[in-house]
Amino acid sequence: MDSAQFWTYFFVVVTFGAYIGIAIWAKAGSTDDFYVAGHDVHPTVNGMATAADWMSAASFLSMAGLIAFLGYGGSVYLMGWTGGFVLLALLLAPFLREFGKFTVPDFVGDRYYSTTARVIAVICALFVSFTYIAGQMKGVGVAFSGFLGTSFEMGIIVGMMIVFVYAVWGGMKGVTYTQVAQYCVLIFAYTVPAIFISMIITGNPIPQLGFISNVKGEDVAMLEKLNTVVRDLGFLEYTASNKSMIDVFCITGALMFGTAGLPHVIIRFFTVSSASAARVSAGWALVFIAILYTTAPAVSAFARLNFVDTVHQSTYISSEVDYNNDGEINAEDYTFRADQVREAGGKPVPPWFKEWEVTGLLGHNDVDGDGIINYAPLPDENGSIAYAPGMNQLAVKTEVDPLDRDIFVIANPSIASLPGWVIGLVVAGGLAAALSTAAGLLMVISSAISHDLCRRTLFKGMTDKQELLTARFSAAGAVALAGLLGVFSTQLGFVAQVVAFAFGLAAASLFPIIFLGIFWKRMNREGAIASMVFGLVSVFSYIYYFKFGGGTPDQYLLGISPEGIGFAFMWLSALVGIVVSLVTSAPPQYIQDLVEDIRVPGTRTAHGAADEGMAPLPAE
Amino acid sequence: MTDQSQRTSGDGKFDSRGYWAAVIRLTFILLAIWFTVSYGFGILLRDQLDAVSLGGAPLGFWFAQQGAIYTFVALIFVYCFRMNALERKFGITEQNDG
Repeated sequence: MDSAQFWTYFFVVVTFGAYIGIAIWAKAGSTDDFYVAGHDVHPTVNGMATAADWMSAASFLSMAGLIAFLGYGGSVYLMGWTGGFVLLALLLAPFLREFGKFTVPDFVGDRYYSTTARVIAVICALFVSFTYIAGQMKGVGVAFSGFLGTSFEMGIIVGMMIVFVYAVWGGMKGVTYTQVAQYCVLIFAYTVPAIFISMIITGNPIPQLGFISNVKGEDVAMLEKLNTVVRDLGFLEYTASNKSMIDVFCITGALMFGTAGLPHVIIRFFTVSSASAARVSAGWALVFIAILYTTAPAVSAFARLNFVDTVHQSTYISSEVDYNNDGEINAEDYTFRADQVREAGGKPVPPWFKEWEVTGLLGHNDVDGDGIINYAPLPDENGSIAYAPGMNQLAVKTEVDPLDRDIFVIANPSIASLPGWVIGLVVAGGLAAALSTAAGLLMVISSAISHDLCRRTLFKGMTDKQELLTARFSAAGAVALAGLLGVFSTQLGFVAQVVAFAFGLAAASLFPIIFLGIFWKRMNREGAIASMVFGLVSVFSYIYYFKFGGGTPDQYLLGISPEGIGFAFMWLSALVGIVVSLVTSAPPQYIQDLVEDIRVPGTRTAHGAADEGMAPLPAE
Repeated sequence: MTDQSQRTSGDGKFDSRGYWAAVIRLTFILLAIWFTVSYGFGILLRDQLDAVSLGGAPLGFWFAQQGAIYTFVALIFVYCFRMNALERKFGITEQNDG
């Protein structure tokens, strides 16, 4: 076992032990504890938990690599996944906290005085959450199989057991405090290599400043050099756009409004003590998220520049770093061969390339057979080099093939020649990101089943104790199902394609009715049901048609891709809701009084049928 | 604050219409800024802004990858601050800030 693997085991065991320890300490004793952590979590603590809840395996491992390939095109993720928190803080979170119940379907069912509306909201919440959780479980499996030498399935089972312990035992309370620990692990693991990479490329230890600095020892700005370098190779310029303006606009919009409408993010704001605490908490959440989200684009640019510098025109060496695994330099070893290349005046392939080649994430496909790695776009079958605007930059082939985008984050420690423990830390960070998001999603799934379907719809006579037991069982069932989805995700190709579903559905089916439910008193049951059904059906059919039904890009509605369509349908869905509300009767007086209450902090009182059998949580 | 008579928030003169109008106005202004820095500077006006360079980064590009995020954080804290001031002004006594 080499040192990196030892440290990976070390950090994974230590962090997993800590998560279990926290779970035992934070046992949930009531439904209050289980669903909303007793609604007395400190706003800053909740902000940190929200940041971990929100930042998934994709944010941690894949986003920087995606931006490295897409350049400006990657901005949609940066703006989209942060801008949603402004909407959440200003339009939803404080009012939903003032409303004072447990779940998103709770709000929909009560505000629209309708069991049908509640059940449709449950369907939306479950669909969005299961879509999302499959990706997290897959991430856990990949991390385990790639770095700890276990099988993919074994990795998922270990991950499931950990989440099982703290989600089923501790509920939201356990999840909250493990998420805080997971945030600390993931942010440390992300920023340490980033700082070193920034020093190497620009000499500035702060990546955000390195991003706008000169290249170390040269009189040229880092981004200008990157633009020149990739343009000369035949790629699209880094700061240029590969998508139409309307598509960039709509994808950003779908991600922003989708973020604000995602149930697992919204429920985090039910755990604080008051509406004003919910506002501050959203601010802290975005601070903690922004630390990673402003570092990521810097890492992307540094990694791309470094990649071109060290890999392009280097001589490929087929032997492994230490071929005999004896710690000595032999004639078969990489080091020996690299010296030979240098003596001949060439540039050997960097050692980290060899280290990561073993994982299958990186490789050399010597198309022209000259033994030199040529990192430039290869002509397509028509013989033309495709780098025109609109060309999918992720599909451009070079002699570096395969080239997994995750490599730009996980190989950072080796690129910066950091010690083995940093690699271990990055793996633990990736696992923390995946597990924290999975746990938040599990809470949505279990509460939608035990609270909204069982307690509030099917068996209204349930006691608190029975509901808590049901909640634990549904969380356990959800863990098992999520694990299965993760295990089969490699066979089910759609898993990678469905993130657009989650955001599109949250934006078009949940966001409009929650927003209108707070800001427009006249919005009624009929309008809400029509709006949700329209959002659900329209987004689902559009994405299904283009992802699986054989649709081609020239058929896009107004040039909007499936990733961005949620934004367009969100406005239509709101319009449908408003029109239907206006032609049907106004909501009853007690509902209008309820809306008045949730607009003003500290004034929430019980109102008629909506609060029968379950009084709102007080703002203490 | 479970007291059933909180609607008028103590002094019996709570101006709920005025309060809500003020909240809407504040929200609208902040969302206008939110729209400008992201959709405006980062997407729609990018070509114009890119003529200016910030440490080698075209300004529109910089807003899309950095500036918009910093502004978002500032917006939420300005909102918290202004809302607390509004609540004091209208005599809303929500006791707990966590």
